[in-house]
Amino acid sequence: MAEVVIGKLSKSFGAVEVLKDIDLAVEDGSFVVLVGPSGCGKSTLLRSIAGLEPVTGGSISIGGREVNGLAPAQRGIAMVFQSYALYPHMDVAANMGFGLKFAGAPKAEIAARVQEAARILQLEPLLKRRPRELSGGQRQRVAIGRAIVRKPQVFLFDEPLSNLDAALRVNTRVEIARLHKMLAATIVYVTHDQVEAMTLADKIVVMNHGRIEQQGKPLDLYYRPANLFVAGFIGSPAMNFLKGEAVAGGVGLGADGLISLPLPPGTAPGAHVTLGIRPEHMRIAAGEGGLRLPATVDLVERLGETGFVHLRLASGAVAIAEIRGETGLKTGDRTHVALDPARLHLFGADGRRLG
Amino acid sequence: MRKPLSAFAVHAILGLYTLLALFPIVLVVMNSFKARRAIFNTPLHPPSPANFDPVGYARVFGDSSLAFYYLNSITVTAGAIILTLLFGAMAAWALTEYKFRWNTLLALFLSIGIMVPIRLGSVAIIQLVAELNLINTLTALILVYTAQNLPLAIFILSEFIAQIPKDLREAARCDGLSEYNIFFHVILPLIRPAMATVAVFTMIPVWNDLWFPLLLAPAGGRQTITLGVQQFLGQYITDWNAVLAALSTAIVPVLLLYVIFSRQLIRGLTSGAVK
Repeated sequence: MAEVVIGKLSKSFGAVEVLKDIDLAVEDGSFVVLVGPSGCGKSTLLRSIAGLEPVTGGSISIGGREVNGLAPAQRGIAMVFQSYALYPHMDVAANMGFGLKFAGAPKAEIAARVQEAARILQLEPLLKRRPRELSGGQRQRVAIGRAIVRKPQVFLFDEPLSNLDAALRVNTRVEIARLHKMLAATIVYVTHDQVEAMTLADKIVVMNHGRIEQQGKPLDLYYRPANLFVAGFIGSPAMNFLKGEAVAGGVGLGADGLISLPLPPGTAPGAHVTLGIRPEHMRIAAGEGGLRLPATVDLVERLGETGFVHLRLASGAVAIAEIRGETGLKTGDRTHVALDPARLHLFGADGRRLG
Repeated sequence: MRKPLSAFAVHAILGLYTLLALFPIVLVVMNSFKARRAIFNTPLHPPSPANFDPVGYARVFGDSSLAFYYLNSITVTAGAIILTLLFGAMAAWALTEYKFRWNTLLALFLSIGIMVPIRLGSVAIIQLVAELNLINTLTALILVYTAQNLPLAIFILSEFIAQIPKDLREAARCDGLSEYNIFFHVILPLIRPAMATVAVFTMIPVWNDLWFPLLLAPAGGRQTITLGVQQFLGQYITDWNAVLAALSTAIVPVLLLYVIFSRQLIRGLTSGAVK
C-alpha cells in the first residue's frame, strides 16, 4: 500500500478547464471519497490518477514515485469501474487472472491469487461462470476481485455502487468498508451519493467546477462546512439557507424579523449574509420569541419515525424542518419554527463561512 | 407490428421471396441428376427413375482439373476472408480507438471504396498485376478481393467496435495489456458476430465472381470453379449435364462456410460486460 500525493494538478479539454489546481494527499491506508455534482471533475481526477486521462499540468505521485508519464499498468493501481467492465467472453476466474496472465505470472501463482480473492469475496462457487450468468452484485464483487488479485498499491473506485439496487447498495457498501479494513488498502473512491461518502470515508473531498471546495473528516464537513456549496451539498435534505443582512446584534431577515446572534468580529453592518441551518436543528414550536419564525406548512412528508415539513416563511423563503413522532400538522397550517442557536451557520456574501 | 394479420403478411412476402430466390437453384440441382434429353424435354420436372442419369457428376468428378479449380476457389475465398477480417478489424480498431491526424480523412477515403465499384479500375489492376508478375496466380485474386472487401468490412466493424464499452478497453489497459493484446484478446473475441457478418458478405461475391478470375488468372491451372465450369460451355455444344453438376457441387463449399459463420451470428455476446 502507498500514499498518493497530488500537487497543482490541472487538466483542460481544449479551452475548458476541468481540473484547476488540485492539491490532495491520500494517506497510506486511508479511504478518501471524492464527491460532488455531475461534471465537477471528480471522475476526471480519478482517471488522471489511474493514468487513463493525460493531465495538462501538475504532478501525481504514488508511493513516493512520480507517475505522470507512466501507463496505467505501471502505476500500481487497480480500478473498479462503474459499469464493472468484466470481459464478457471469459469466466470469472479468467477475468480475475487476466492481468496477471499478461504480466507473465506463473499459472500456479495466478490460480492461488484468484482463489484467495474469491475466498475473500465469497466468489468460489462462481469461478467457472460467465459474467452474463451473474447478478449485478456478483459482477461488482468480481470487478473488486479483479482489483484485489493485482495486489495494487492503490484501489480506485469509480461510482461502483450506482448500478446496484438500493438494498444491494447497502450490502456492498458494508462489504467495501470491511474489505478496506481487512486489506488495509489505500482507496480513492468517487461517488455522487453522499451517504456512501459519509459512511465510507476517512476523508471526504468535495469538488465543484473542477476545484476542491473542502476536504476533511466526514463529520467536520457536516458540522463545519467551509462554504455555502459544501453546506448545501453535504446532508439530506439539504441545509436551509435564509438570506439576510448583518445588523447590530444579529441578522435581519426582512419580513421574517431579526435573528439575534453574536456576529463574528469584522462583519460590517449591512453586509449581505446567509444564515444556514439543517432541518434537524429546526423544531416546530408554537408561541413567539427567541429564535422563532412564523411559517406556513406547505407539505408534510412522513417517513415513519421521522418526517419533513416543508415550510413557507413570512418573507416567502422556503425551509424544511425535521419532525419526530406523530404530529397533526397538515398543509396550510400556520405555525412557528424554532431554530437551535448553537447550530446556526453564517456565510458571507462570497459564500465563505464566517466565524 | 404485433398484429397476427401483418405478421402473416410479412411471412407470406418472405416466403414468396424465398421461393423466387430458390427456384433457379432448385432447377439447377434437379436437372443435374437428369439425362440430357430429359433436361431439354421436361426441365421443370423432378428427376424420376426413368430419366435419372448421374453422368454429369461422373464427368465432373472424373475430370481431375475440376478438383483443382475447387481448391483454387476455396483458397482464394478463404484467403480473401482472412485478410479482409484481419486488416479490416485492425483498421477499424485504429480508426475508432485512436485520435491521430488525418483520422477522419482516412475514414472518408476508405468509405469511398464502398461507393466506387472496383471493376472500374480493372485496366489499372491488370497493369499492376502484370507488373508484379502475378498474372495467373491466386495471390493476385486474393489481393484484389481483399482490397475490394476492405472498405465495407472497415465500415461495419468500426460500428461494432465503437459499441464495445470504453470501460472494457480501459480495464484492459489497467490490467497491463499492450494495445496489440487488447486488440487480439479483448476486441476480436467481442466482435466475432460482426466478423461473421463480414465474412458472409465477403465470401459469397468472391466465390461467385467470374470477372477477376477471367482477367487475372484465366489459365495455368489457376482458374476458380466459376471459370472452370466454362470449359463445359462450348461455342457449338454445351455439356449441360456437366455444367449443372459442377454448379450444384459448387454450392456445397459456400453453404458449408455459411453454416460455420452463421453459427457465430449470435447476438448479445457482450451482455454481462457492463451493467
